[in-house]
Amino acid sequence: MARIVGIDLGTTNSLIAYMHDQAPRVIAGRNGRTLVPSVVAMMDNSLIVGDPAKEHLVRNPERTIYSVKRFMGKGLEDVAEELKYFPYRLTEQGGVIRIQIGEKTYSPPQISAMILKELKHRAEAHFGEDISKAVITVPAYFNDSQRQATKDAGTIAGLEVLRIINEPTAASLAYGLQEHTQGTIAVYDLGGGTFDISILKLKDGIFEVLATNGNTHLGGDDFDRRVADVIIQELREQHRFDPEQHPDTMQSIRLEAERTKVRLSEDQKAMLTIELPSETGQYRREFTRDQLEALTRDLVEQTLGPCRQALNDADLQPSDIDEVILVGGSTRMPLVRQRIQELFGTIPHCELNPDEVVALGAAVQADILSGATQDLLLLDVTPLSLGIETMGGVVSPLIRRNTTIPASAKELFTTYVDGQTSVDIHVLQGERELAKDTRSLARFQLKVPPLPAGVPRVEVMFLIDANGILNVTAKDVRTGQVQSIEVKPSYGLSDEEVERMISESFKFAAEDLKARQLIEARTEAEAIHKATQKALSLGGHLINAEEKAAIQESLATLETARTGEDHRVIRARIADVEKATHHLAEVLMDTTLKEALQNKKLTEIF
Amino acid sequence: MEPAQRTASKRTEVQMARSMCWHCQSEVTGEYFCQQCVKVQPLSKELDYFTCLGLPRLLTIDTARLEAKFYELSRTFHPDFFQNKTESEQGISLGNSALLNMAYRTLKDPIRRAEYLLQLEAGSAKDIRTPPPADLFEEILALQEDLEEFRSASSQQEATSLGQLRTKLQADQASLEQRQKDMEARLFELFMKWDSFQDRTGQDDRLRAEKDPVLKEMREILSNRTYLRSIVDDLVATTG
Repeated sequence: MARIVGIDLGTTNSLIAYMHDQAPRVIAGRNGRTLVPSVVAMMDNSLIVGDPAKEHLVRNPERTIYSVKRFMGKGLEDVAEELKYFPYRLTEQGGVIRIQIGEKTYSPPQISAMILKELKHRAEAHFGEDISKAVITVPAYFNDSQRQATKDAGTIAGLEVLRIINEPTAASLAYGLQEHTQGTIAVYDLGGGTFDISILKLKDGIFEVLATNGNTHLGGDDFDRRVADVIIQELREQHRFDPEQHPDTMQSIRLEAERTKVRLSEDQKAMLTIELPSETGQYRREFTRDQLEALTRDLVEQTLGPCRQALNDADLQPSDIDEVILVGGSTRMPLVRQRIQELFGTIPHCELNPDEVVALGAAVQADILSGATQDLLLLDVTPLSLGIETMGGVVSPLIRRNTTIPASAKELFTTYVDGQTSVDIHVLQGERELAKDTRSLARFQLKVPPLPAGVPRVEVMFLIDANGILNVTAKDVRTGQVQSIEVKPSYGLSDEEVERMISESFKFAAEDLKARQLIEARTEAEAIHKATQKALSLGGHLINAEEKAAIQESLATLETARTGEDHRVIRARIADVEKATHHLAEVLMDTTLKEALQNKKLTEIF
Repeated sequence: MEPAQRTASKRTEVQMARSMCWHCQSEVTGEYFCQQCVKVQPLSKELDYFTCLGLPRLLTIDTARLEAKFYELSRTFHPDFFQNKTESEQGISLGNSALLNMAYRTLKDPIRRAEYLLQLEAGSAKDIRTPPPADLFEEILALQEDLEEFRSASSQQEATSLGQLRTKLQADQASLEQRQKDMEARLFELFMKWDSFQDRTGQDDRLRAEKDPVLKEMREILSNRTYLRSIVDDLVATTG
């Protein structure tokens, strides 16, 4: 079977991992970093993803997309309150948010697909083979639409998504395998944009989720905004400067707020500086950890309610929890750790890197699906109750939250009017009693034969699969005939739209490739330029003048090529520099070796 | 709270949907897989949850044994282990897992287990509403009045009367919860009584005559308990 990779598609950062010799490993990029910032910059003729895209956050705020995960499976009204924080324009079409960049619009799954492709390329470069199958993680509290949107993103990126698994459960897999964790555990996962709590029982290789809860709109981003809001207000009051009119300054504020928050996890105070547009000068301010905690205490408190609810649903007391595991970068905050410790009465664990543990777990799940191991098995639950709308807008529940998946429920439908030929069904997800208070998932129409009222009997099977995604089938009880159902998602892309986006992504693939090759060549050119300069300053005196001049000239030509648009030319000039410095490298090697051996007795060397 | 398993049962073979393999048409002799072509077989839709999880049809069950069987069958049927198989086999794995999960969820919880057994024995318990006993009914009527008063007091922000009412409601809640506990204790007594019938063989009519009142009382308690629960939930939601 082809290789399956595990992907953590995060709000702030994304990672890709695989299984090597029964241990999961994260793949690092050329720059040695394992995290790929979930940032996409869309310039006129190039698409930039990850670390290089981060530079564009301030330079090209209107064209640089971050935190797109917050929009997955959502409509515009869902994010109305936070619109002001985003420098790019958002619209809506067919219940799906669209991000406007110049003349074009992109759906959140399309943007996520760009990040997935970057990860895919990273893995392909690592293995030297095509990668087409993946396990992708999502927050446990993601609803059906958000899961489907994630699956769509994989499809658009040319990945067959074999499984969507929950982030906290993935983390527990990594802990179970690497740290041999056993017993009843709680996984507290506070990421960049989402919060999850999952209670699991780990026994003999079975990872049984007992309950899960969370908030898909609460994470590190919200903590940053509290700090940013203070800065924005002070700029207005003290500097008579409205940053909301300057998208680039807003981005600087956001990034500085985040950096300050991160620093305050280590230090008691941190200095923050923001360069304002010309003539307005500079803004400087010191934040203390106490101030940060006062600003964000209620956010931390907001995570404790779901923790108590999950414990309650699992029929457990805090003291029943043997271990608490921390996942997500935001759990580095001392206040978060303190409150968790107070709630559960135990010191939380974080042996595995909280940024990487989810991707590692995804790789373990990928390994299980490949058939490589039968030792481990994850039994997850559906986070939200599933129901249908009945008379008077009341929800009739079909599958309760925290039911182990796969889960199914059957419901019999009939007609109220003679000769009625169809029945409308509205599927909902949520815990409230009235349809208007829950999340609309989908609508579909059942076809029934024209018969007297109450005579037709159509059995509808609602099945939540192992991905936590709903499948619907219907059968006429009298004839036994199975009916195919076209479900129209309330907040999702249609199959045709996904198809179109796939073909579009192929069209752009050639351009994408050219753009990334150029970026890579430029980065390498820069690196070799630096290295050569250093070598010249160290060993310039060891070679003759002509040779030195030849090296200088090759460097100058490389510089010219680097500003061009053709990656092949840059590669050729890089080769030239390498040739010109070949001798210098040898000489340097010799002298370093001699220096190393100088003043040493033979006995110290051999 | 689960009394230990008392009755040893003889091992019941799990029923398959049909005795012929859906794939190779040979007779299925293995438990879950065809011995000829090694394809997984669909569990019968008529399979009752007790049989599915290899337990005797009793109300007091060995929860450790239940869990072990659930884990064992999960390892047999879970879709994770059918990723490389055909679409038909994946479909069967999905259906079997969903049935297994439902069976486990139902039997794990003593109340759901009892409701399920009643349904097996004498049709659904949920559809039949028995009126609550008179004393409980009166208590709940008084409580509803207090709740109304509390709601109007809290909307008018009357701090003193609000405090008094809260104390009163909290006392009511404690008394109702005690009632619920008493009901559950009685229910578990009935569980034991019911299970003791299963050991006996004898005159069918006489056994039936003894069984029916137990079934009836269990149904009444389950119905009242559901009613009580919704009242307590309402109370908790209002007083916070």
